[in-house]
Amino acid sequence: MIPEEFEYKRAATLDEAIALLKQSGGEGKFLAGGHSLIPLMKLRLSEPGVLIDISRIPQLQGISEKDGKIQVGAATSHSDVVNSDLIRRLCPVVSECAKEIGDPQVRNRGTMGGSLAHSDPSADYPAVMVALDAEIHLKGPGGWRAVKANDFFQGMFTVDMAEDEIIAAVQFAPAKNAAYAKLHQRASHYAIVGVAAVLEMDGRTCKSARIGLTGASTHAQRLPGVEAALAGKELTQANIDAAAAVAADGLEDVNSDIHASEAYRKAMVKVFTRRAIEKAANR
Amino acid sequence: MSVVTPKMIGTRVKRREDPRLITGKATYVDDIKLTGMLHLAFKRSDIAHGIIKSIDVTAAKAMPGVELVITGAELKEFLPPMPIGTPFPSPDHYSVAVDRVRYQGEPVAVVVASDRYLARDAADAILIEYEMLPASIDVEVSMQGKKGIIHEAFPNNLAVPYVPGGTGVDPVAGIVDNTAVDNAFAEADFVLSQRMMNHRLAPTAMEGRGVVAHYEPGKDHLTIWSSTQNPHILKTFIAALTGTPDNQVRAIAPEVGGGFGCKINIYGEDYVAAALSKKLGKPLKWIEDRSEAFQATIHGRDILAYVDICGKNDGKVTGLKIKLIADIGAYNMILTAAIPTLTMLMLNGTYNIPAIRAELTEVFTNKMPTDAYRGAGRPEGTYFVERAMDMVARHLKMDPAEVKRKNFIQPDQFPFTTQMGAIYDSGDYEKALNLALKNANWEGMKAERDRARADGRIVGIGLAFYVEVCGLGPSSSLPTGGWEYSSVTIERSGKITATTGASPHGQGNETTFSQMLADQFGVPMGDVTILHGDTGVVKQGIGTFGSRSQAVGGTVLMKAGEKVKDKMAKFAAAMMNSNEEMDTSEMIFEGGRIFAKGSPGTSVGFGDVAAFAYVPVPLPAGLDPGLSDQAFWEPSNNTYPFGCHIAMLEIDRDTGEPTLLKMVAVDDCGTVINPLIVEGQVHGGLAQGIGQAMIEEVVYDEDGQLLTGSFMDYAIPRATDFPWFELDKTVTPTPVNPLGAKGVGEAGTLGSTPCIVNAAVDALSGFGVTHIDMMLRPEKLWRIMNEGGK
Amino acid sequence: MANQVSIKLKVNGSEQAAEVAPRTLLVHFLREQLGLTGTHIGCDTTQCGACTVMVDGKSAKSCTLFAVQADGSDVTTIEGIGAGGELHPMQEGFWEEHGLQCGYCTPGMIISGIHLLNENKNPSDQEIREGISGNFCRCTGYQHIVSAIKYAAKKG
Repeated sequence: MIPEEFEYKRAATLDEAIALLKQSGGEGKFLAGGHSLIPLMKLRLSEPGVLIDISRIPQLQGISEKDGKIQVGAATSHSDVVNSDLIRRLCPVVSECAKEIGDPQVRNRGTMGGSLAHSDPSADYPAVMVALDAEIHLKGPGGWRAVKANDFFQGMFTVDMAEDEIIAAVQFAPAKNAAYAKLHQRASHYAIVGVAAVLEMDGRTCKSARIGLTGASTHAQRLPGVEAALAGKELTQANIDAAAAVAADGLEDVNSDIHASEAYRKAMVKVFTRRAIEKAANR
Repeated sequence: MSVVTPKMIGTRVKRREDPRLITGKATYVDDIKLTGMLHLAFKRSDIAHGIIKSIDVTAAKAMPGVELVITGAELKEFLPPMPIGTPFPSPDHYSVAVDRVRYQGEPVAVVVASDRYLARDAADAILIEYEMLPASIDVEVSMQGKKGIIHEAFPNNLAVPYVPGGTGVDPVAGIVDNTAVDNAFAEADFVLSQRMMNHRLAPTAMEGRGVVAHYEPGKDHLTIWSSTQNPHILKTFIAALTGTPDNQVRAIAPEVGGGFGCKINIYGEDYVAAALSKKLGKPLKWIEDRSEAFQATIHGRDILAYVDICGKNDGKVTGLKIKLIADIGAYNMILTAAIPTLTMLMLNGTYNIPAIRAELTEVFTNKMPTDAYRGAGRPEGTYFVERAMDMVARHLKMDPAEVKRKNFIQPDQFPFTTQMGAIYDSGDYEKALNLALKNANWEGMKAERDRARADGRIVGIGLAFYVEVCGLGPSSSLPTGGWEYSSVTIERSGKITATTGASPHGQGNETTFSQMLADQFGVPMGDVTILHGDTGVVKQGIGTFGSRSQAVGGTVLMKAGEKVKDKMAKFAAAMMNSNEEMDTSEMIFEGGRIFAKGSPGTSVGFGDVAAFAYVPVPLPAGLDPGLSDQAFWEPSNNTYPFGCHIAMLEIDRDTGEPTLLKMVAVDDCGTVINPLIVEGQVHGGLAQGIGQAMIEEVVYDEDGQLLTGSFMDYAIPRATDFPWFELDKTVTPTPVNPLGAKGVGEAGTLGSTPCIVNAAVDALSGFGVTHIDMMLRPEKLWRIMNEGGK
Repeated sequence: MANQVSIKLKVNGSEQAAEVAPRTLLVHFLREQLGLTGTHIGCDTTQCGACTVMVDGKSAKSCTLFAVQADGSDVTTIEGIGAGGELHPMQEGFWEEHGLQCGYCTPGMIISGIHLLNENKNPSDQEIREGISGNFCRCTGYQHIVSAIKYAAKKG
């Protein structure tokens, strides 16, 4: 219940945040909503020496439309994403996914950037971000860098971020035929399996598809086999079933715990891939 | 007996407790702050079984704010092993482990520091070296001693090696005659056998445990505030263990945030706080974290049963054999060993089964000890019997309701002595069954299920009946004493102050008891104050558990009230200046006045009589001043409430996720004092019973590591997990107490659990399933549908 | 004592200035330093919701917020929701409908109920259940809590 001692600093700007992080000499961590970090600190599973509060940096706030893309500031809360008219209109899968995170209070505090940086294997957002082919905009002492979501998530709690970088924003293109389907772990309500499907449709034909998976393995990833199976196909039930049937092929490092064994998780990857595709196709 | 005009009793009165609770003004134990108070933190074992090789407290002692660091071996010098409340043999169980740890989470050392943050820091800085021992986790392996011995004096880890019960057993003479049971099985048309597991649960009161101990050296007096269900028992045990005379210990249960049985126990942390407060002469506080609660607050259930049931093809059950193996964890706590005996006691269920053989074995394992958790033994018994009865129905292709009807104990058979030796007080089981079937539209549910199945959905319906033993009880059934205590005082103003030993923790006793006294004395409910939970105010008591508040605590309250009322009537008669000898026993107390019998025009004000009783000039002949009295009372028997629960469940064909679609309950708890409160009790019981069936389970791995150590992995139901519960009741008063009240606190946990599993078995019957062990883990159900259960 | 940080915040309408250690959780600050013990702690993994308070108009679990993070914020606890000694309609609903037993989860539950109605004036039963899915109650089975929130919604 009680975290270790740490030093608290508050950054007013992005540059100050990066500078403070550098000063901390590897002891520092950013704190926005804190809903990934503070629970770990309370159990003393994370013991940073310095916390740099980035929640009040104006550049990290807000949801906007820019060059045909949607940009979400890293410190935007899940509930702001749930309630954003812009996102609900242009890319409802992101709101739908945000609503699956935690509970109302958690959504009021937790942030998109925090969730992505933490890269919990069973977090919801990563699946949707890889499926949307979102770009994660990072800033470090050397300037800006954009990483594709699919490259960003590298392993369990491991992302493509240098020690001195910060997530500033996430950008993704609108997607109409997109959906997120999730099997809840019944205690934590985290995803045992979560699948996001983003389809480019032409009538009933799927021109191309991107499928993102979370919960099943060490980190969020695309399912290229399913994507290939859908590309150019009319989305009949048979074709959807056939695509979903290969969803677990070649999956590595599949998680196994008291809530779901490896075999069950693999089976659920197929089920929720199918459900996500069905839902996306019918939007 | 005086006339009680029913006015408040039976009325849906909103609770008197609530104003302080809804405004944040209640005082729970962590809200208590004393000058100079220090904080405790416990260093706990992170392994399940091992010998303590060394404890290094150097770093911890040097940390800021640290007053004391003390190990189990040091505490042992002045803190003896913890007592238990059952007559079973028990190994020494120290508040803090001395040389060996036997479950993950067992306290190993204690820190006292100036605030809770610093105490935690220092506890984390204690270094312990263990020699690891194999953990004995699987109960059936443990009972063969294959993974080592947990307590040297208990071969094969058998805490209680063998207790027989049922037909042909005379425990006093030591006779076990199997003739009747063997004959029943030999002559039966069918025998069904099933291994059933009633798994381990975490009680999870929303407020964890907590204690504040304040020893005042000048007075040699110890005050202890604890989140407890029974302050008087706490006081007795704390006094004994800390070597303090029991008239120098005051125990206070402040507002208690739920108990469900887990706060009956007096735990090591309570004793340590008391002993160290005494040692340091300073007030100490310890508040449990949720992670500690999962590890080190008693668990519930964990009984394995091998069930054989036999009968005739017409549905009549003729014999039952149940072998119970209780996994009680690493030690005996206060009631640990007694809980499975309640399972045994209730193995007749609501049925007139002519031959029953029960055998009980209790086994130590390297887990947290089990003890009373809501229902405490009876849900296990109900579960085994109701699953077995459902198997009979399924085997015979009969409606489960019909099988029950064929076997029910009939209303004219009460009081009914069961094969297990219980004397059921009263019951009309068929009436409750019929009402439940009607309310649920049982035939309609069958049709709905069949329609759903035709659409490819996996839907099942389940029915279960229960009887439980409540209102504990005569002292012969409770080692702490089975009575309860109350006092009633009419203040000079005419207001009423009553005390009760039935210390509540959410049950609303302040409300129901006020209702009862308001009726008894014919005064507004608002004029009654009920005090509880403080041994300095309430002279004696037992506590609130086993659904006993109303049946025992309520009755003794009325008894104390009668004594005062009797005296008050005499003062009233004197004030009426009657020349004739008045029959004071039949005076009417109503509307704030006291009326003479037979002359309704003659009355005196209630407050005037009260005032007179304290300044009685002239003092009426034969009376002493004052209006206050007390009563002790114990019932001659326990009470046996019953009911019927019906559920409809759907299982997702793709994922195995179960969803509860419908939950109907008819409960009979005898006389109802406040229907609103009774509904609340039933809702809460259902929630916990459904929780057990569907989502709750304590899991240890094979090394004894707790895998469900937080709400991240141990699921308790959320609001989204339930449909709207449909409740109703029948009322069959008990003859055991004058109120006719039987008790209701645990009822909901009894029927709901088997009824949901029965529904799940029904849903999956198409896959050849005849039994599923709880909890209904989606993967388990998915495997049944996809791999035949492998 | 280690490093302390000065914070200023508004709690239940009154300005507070305090020195806190950075690691002080908001819930401990409210309970220990301000004596507002109506907010409770029921878990250590940000799930049970017993510690729920309003921070800048939105429900938050005060066990997962350092007091320093609330610097400059407007915090409302159970002690601050009624006006002028009157019960808030949500409190009234819990009382009328028997929405509590032991009362431990109640303050957090009431705050979540208020947050829900702030966002959705007329929620369905299912929306109410979802709205309090971040608050655990072990006593009531939630049914009377649903009724309590409906009562408050009706009262407006």
